[in-house]
Amino acid sequence: MAEAAAARRKLVEVQGLKMYFPITAGLLRRKVGDVKAVDDVSFELYEGETLGLVGESGCGKSTAGRAIIRLYDPTAGRVRIDGHDIGSAPQSELRRFRPLMQMVFQDPQASLNPRMTVAAIIGEPLGEHTELRGDALLRRVYELMDAVGLNRSFANRYPHEFSGGQRQRIGIARALALNPKFIVCDEPIAALDVSIQAQVVNLLEELQDRLGLTYLFISHDLSMVRHIADRVAVMYLGRIAEIGPRDGLYERPLHPYTEALLSAVPEPDPNVESRRRRIILKGDVPSPANPPPGCNFSTRCPKVMDICRRIEPVVAEVEPGRRVACHLYDKTIETAGGTAAATEARAPNKETRT
Amino acid sequence: MPDGAVPVLDVRDLKTVFRTRGGEVHAVNSVSFDIRPGELLGVVGESGSGKSVTMMSLIGLLPSPPAEVRGGRVLFAGTDLLRCPPEHLRSVRGHDIGFIFQDPMTSLNPVFTVGFQIMEPLRRHKGMTRAAARERARELLEMVGIPDAGRRLRDYPHQFSGGMRQRVMIAIALACDPKVLIADEPTTALDVTIQAQILELVRDLRQKLGMAIVWITHDLGVIAGIADRVIVMYGGQIVEQAPVRALFGNPQHPYTRALLKTIPHVPGARREKLSVIQGQPPILRAAPDSCAFRARCAHAFDRCARENPVRIDLGGGHDVACFWDPATGGPRHG
Repeated sequence: MAEAAAARRKLVEVQGLKMYFPITAGLLRRKVGDVKAVDDVSFELYEGETLGLVGESGCGKSTAGRAIIRLYDPTAGRVRIDGHDIGSAPQSELRRFRPLMQMVFQDPQASLNPRMTVAAIIGEPLGEHTELRGDALLRRVYELMDAVGLNRSFANRYPHEFSGGQRQRIGIARALALNPKFIVCDEPIAALDVSIQAQVVNLLEELQDRLGLTYLFISHDLSMVRHIADRVAVMYLGRIAEIGPRDGLYERPLHPYTEALLSAVPEPDPNVESRRRRIILKGDVPSPANPPPGCNFSTRCPKVMDICRRIEPVVAEVEPGRRVACHLYDKTIETAGGTAAATEARAPNKETRT
Repeated sequence: MPDGAVPVLDVRDLKTVFRTRGGEVHAVNSVSFDIRPGELLGVVGESGSGKSVTMMSLIGLLPSPPAEVRGGRVLFAGTDLLRCPPEHLRSVRGHDIGFIFQDPMTSLNPVFTVGFQIMEPLRRHKGMTRAAARERARELLEMVGIPDAGRRLRDYPHQFSGGMRQRVMIAIALACDPKVLIADEPTTALDVTIQAQILELVRDLRQKLGMAIVWITHDLGVIAGIADRVIVMYGGQIVEQAPVRALFGNPQHPYTRALLKTIPHVPGARREKLSVIQGQPPILRAAPDSCAFRARCAHAFDRCARENPVRIDLGGGHDVACFWDPATGGPRHG
C-alpha cells in the first residue's frame, strides 16, 4: 500500500502546524502563557485515502483538524490543500476555498440548527456557494438525501424528529453538498450506539469509493480506525508520536505510547483477553500548558531513558513510510553505544532495528 | 468462581413501567437474574434496552412518578427490597449495595470537597467519628490509586481529571464495603488508557474484597476481559444469559450474534463491510406478547409474531429466549 500511496498525489500537506491558545490572568488580561494544543505537527494526506488521527482526549487531535480547515487561525505552520495555500489565506479569500474542504462534527444534535428543516440545512451551503435556486436546488437536496440514505419525504422535518444515526446522515449530506475533495470527520461516531456506528462508517466508506473523497478521520476508537483508515497518525500532548500505514502500525507499533494505547484496547474475545499482556500507563496526561521538558511522553513512558527527559525527539522516518518521534530509534545513540539504561530499554525492540 | 454458592442478590420477574403523557412505556419486562458473591456479571445491550432501568429499579433509585415498579421480587440478605420500609432501603443503598454512575462529572457534588463526599456514607451508615472517617477516606483514596491521598481529600471535584473523578466515585461506592457493586457504564466516558487502569483496579479489588459486581456496558470488549457471566438485554427483557466464553464462542440469540458482528475486530481487513443491525430498539407501549426483536431479526418466522419466547435452559448456565436454533438454522424444538 505504501508504494501505491507514494505514486498518488498529495492532496493535503501540513507542515509545522502550531495552534496555541493564550492563557490570560489578572485584571488587564495579561498573557501569562500558552496552551500548546497543537505543537509542530506535520503530515500529509494522499488523494482518496483516509488518515486516522488518534489519541486520548486533550491530545489536540480535534484542534489540529479544525486548524487545518481554518476553523481556527493557526499560530504557525503551512497548510496546503489541493495546491491552495489555506494556512495563510486571508479570511476574505478563504470563502472561495470553503467548498473544497468540509467537516462532519461529533455531536449531530449540537451541529444542526433545531429551527431549520432538513432541506434547509442541506440546502444552505448550496444557496451560499452556488447559483442553484428553487427547484434545481431542491433536486440537488433530494440527490444528497438519496446519497446518504435519507428518505426524501423527511425533507420538511426538523432535526429533533430524527435518531442520532439519521442526524449524522443529515450532517454528512450537508458536508457533501458542495462536492468537497477533503472532509474532516471529527469523532463522527462517538455519540452513536454501536449498531448505528457501523451504519455510519459503512456510509462514509461507500461515499469515499463513489466520490473519491479524502478523509481525515479523527477518533479515539482504535478498532474503528483500524477498520476505516489507510494510514494512522498517533498524537500525544499536541505532537505526533508515530505515523505510518495502518497494518504495520497496529501489528508492530514502534512508539512506546502507540504500544501502550493499542494494548489498552479491549478485544471482544475472552480467550484473547485472558492471555493478553497489557501495558498499564501510570498517571494522567500532563497539562498542555506546561508540558514536561524533553520528550513529552517521558513522564509516563515505561521505556524512558536519561536522554528522553532532556532532549525532545524529532519525528524521523525509521522504515519506509513509518515515522516516529522516539529516542529508542535514534541512530546517534546507537552508534555511541548508549548508556546502560539505554541499552536495557532498547533490548525489547531489537527486531525493529536490525 | 464459587459455584453453587447462595446468590447474594436474587431478582425475579421484575417489571417496571413509566407512565408518560403519551401512555405507558414498559421498560423492564419480567427480568430474572441472580449474582453470587465474588462474581462479575456483565450486562450488555443497546441504549434503550433497559439495562440501567433494571438496576435502578431494584434499589429504588427511579423517580416515582413517572416510574412504577409493577411486580417481582428483589431478594437481598433475606429481605425483599421492593417491599421493605424506605428507611431499610436507604440503609442498604450505599451501605450494602454500592452504585457507580456513568458520568463522574455530574455525579459528584461540585460544592463539597472529595473528602467530605467519601466521609458522608461512613458517618451516616457506619456511625464513624470524624477522625476515623477521615482516616478511612484516606485509605480508600490510596486503594483506588490516587497519589498523595491525604492532601487530595481537601480538593474539590473540579480539581481532579476524568479518570481520577471516576476513581473517587469508586472510592465512595466502596466506602462501606458493599456486598454488591453496581457499575453503570463506569468507563464509557474515559479514554482507553484510563479505562485499562480502572479495569485493572476492579479486577484487583474484586479479588481483595470478594464482592459481587454488576457491570453494565455496551462495550463487548470490556465484557470479554472482565466478566464471568453475561446477560444480554433487549426490549426490557433478558434474551440470553451465558458464561462469558460460551457467549462469545457459541452465541445463541440472533441479537447477540448481530451485536458481536457489528464490532470491527482489530485484525479485520478494510473494504470488508461492517455488518449492521437495521432499525432501532422498540418502545414498548404494552407488555410484549410477541418477540420484541422480531422486526430486526433475519430469522424471524410466524411463531415469533404469535408469542413471546421464554428463556430456555440449554445447560451449563446458558439460556436463551428464542424460537430459532442456530445449530439447525430452523425452529428450536423442545
